[in-house]
Amino acid sequence: MAKTIPEINEKIKAGKAVVVTAEEILEIVREKGAKAAAAQVDVVTTGTFAPMCSSGAYFNVGHATPRIKMGGGRVTLNQVPAYAGFAAVDIFLGATALPDDDPRNKVFPGAFVYGGGHVIEDLVAGKDVRLTATAYGTDCYPRKALDTLIRLADMNEAVLFNMRNAYQNYNVAVNLSDRILYTYMGILQPRLRNANYCTAGQLSPLLNDPLYRTIGVGTRIFLGGGIGYVVSQGTQHNPGVRRTDRGLPRMGAATLAVTGDLKQMSSKWLRGASFTGYGVTLTVGLGIPIPVLDEEMLHYVSVSDHDIVGPVVDYSEAYPNGKAEILAEVTVAQLKSGEITVNGKKVTTAGLSSYAKAREIARILKDWILAGRFFLTEPLAPLPGPDSGYTFRPLTERHVPPLWNRG
Amino acid sequence: MPKKIVMNFPPHLIEQPITYRLIKDYGLKVNILQARITPGERGRMVVELAEDGGRWQDAMDFLTEMGVGLEPLAQEILWHEERCIHCTACVGPCPSQALHVADREAMTIAYDQERCIACGMCVKVCPYRAMEILFD
Repeated sequence: MAKTIPEINEKIKAGKAVVVTAEEILEIVREKGAKAAAAQVDVVTTGTFAPMCSSGAYFNVGHATPRIKMGGGRVTLNQVPAYAGFAAVDIFLGATALPDDDPRNKVFPGAFVYGGGHVIEDLVAGKDVRLTATAYGTDCYPRKALDTLIRLADMNEAVLFNMRNAYQNYNVAVNLSDRILYTYMGILQPRLRNANYCTAGQLSPLLNDPLYRTIGVGTRIFLGGGIGYVVSQGTQHNPGVRRTDRGLPRMGAATLAVTGDLKQMSSKWLRGASFTGYGVTLTVGLGIPIPVLDEEMLHYVSVSDHDIVGPVVDYSEAYPNGKAEILAEVTVAQLKSGEITVNGKKVTTAGLSSYAKAREIARILKDWILAGRFFLTEPLAPLPGPDSGYTFRPLTERHVPPLWNRG
Repeated sequence: MPKKIVMNFPPHLIEQPITYRLIKDYGLKVNILQARITPGERGRMVVELAEDGGRWQDAMDFLTEMGVGLEPLAQEILWHEERCIHCTACVGPCPSQALHVADREAMTIAYDQERCIACGMCVKVCPYRAMEILFD
């Protein structure tokens, strides 16, 4: 029998909702069958905890006396530059930003010890952060420089705003070349010695709602240990890729743009990360509840690691040159076993997305719903789906004429 | 059970054949896991010493007398579990399986310090600085 989201919310309010994680549902389906499970279970919770580079936060730091117009000037937080092209005291800090004096890859491979992701972690942990600003000065904003300590609680607004999170499926990275590679997929040893993957597999939010029936604009989610919302599809959203019989994309597909109040989040679920030779980023904890509206949704949430396939991609040649070459397709179950076979060779696997933490997120979200602290939402608008024609295109470079844009 | 030890050599000992004497005079079974020796600077060697061979205590006394600093390797390599997110990124690169997946269902990591050879690979690989080598 079909259920509606308002009906499920009534059950949550009455303390009668049946909520299980995307892992627990597998056992229930095995024991009771799909029909009984669909009738019994109201909500399945998912989770993921992985590096997500297109993350950041905006802040309103408050007006100093006398006032300063940071907009059009330069702003740093713990020496990491923030974007200030807004009104006087609104700034945006990106996860991958680095201090101007970070040596980067000058001595290869760089260590990338501290950057935007770490500033966000420090702020959420309640630590003091040094805010500096230089400005050009105006009649209404006379001040030209500012140097102060500030903490999250001092700010007016502090909002996590991530333009691309929760990638639905992802590449498995290998290295066919003769030299070691330092990538955002970790360190890849030469001649196919290791394979790195990044997915929460059967716990992954968008793999439990592969056609975006319930996740859409406005969906309430677990974000960074607090409550957040889906803004829309994320950047590089690419729903039209090839899919399995279950509707699961065989490669990276949908993405989500998400937002939430940073002040209620936790540094346990927003972690700065340093990738040797690559840069810094933010590891984000994100979980989405999926309502089991009917047997079709039950079918989707009963996805297991054996059903999910990802493409093995060479990061020495195919990836940097944007070639769509796939060496093999492997299941998440194979990846989690510790070894896959590529080109007839056994290759050791390692993850970048924490399955253990994804599990914890799914359990926390389950507890919130069971405690009546978290209610489900109906999407205000759908995400562009597989048949929408929405695609992810490469950049076409064009010739720049001489004296372009010089009046 | 072999013991893994970090030996620190003051600059004036660099040109002396200390390892030779451990083997020849004291009969120790020495397995060098790592060595960084530059004339004129402090040197460091990570060795595995078999406890069953030779005059162990005399050898240790000799090293101490010579001014060689001795630290058990286990004290020098730290797994900061509170920083670890159990992503498993370190497991493939770790050559001795000191860092390994302890539970394939939960996908949690464990660190077995007995197996560590202090190669430092995990330090480069871990994005969260969960591994630390104190002598580096």
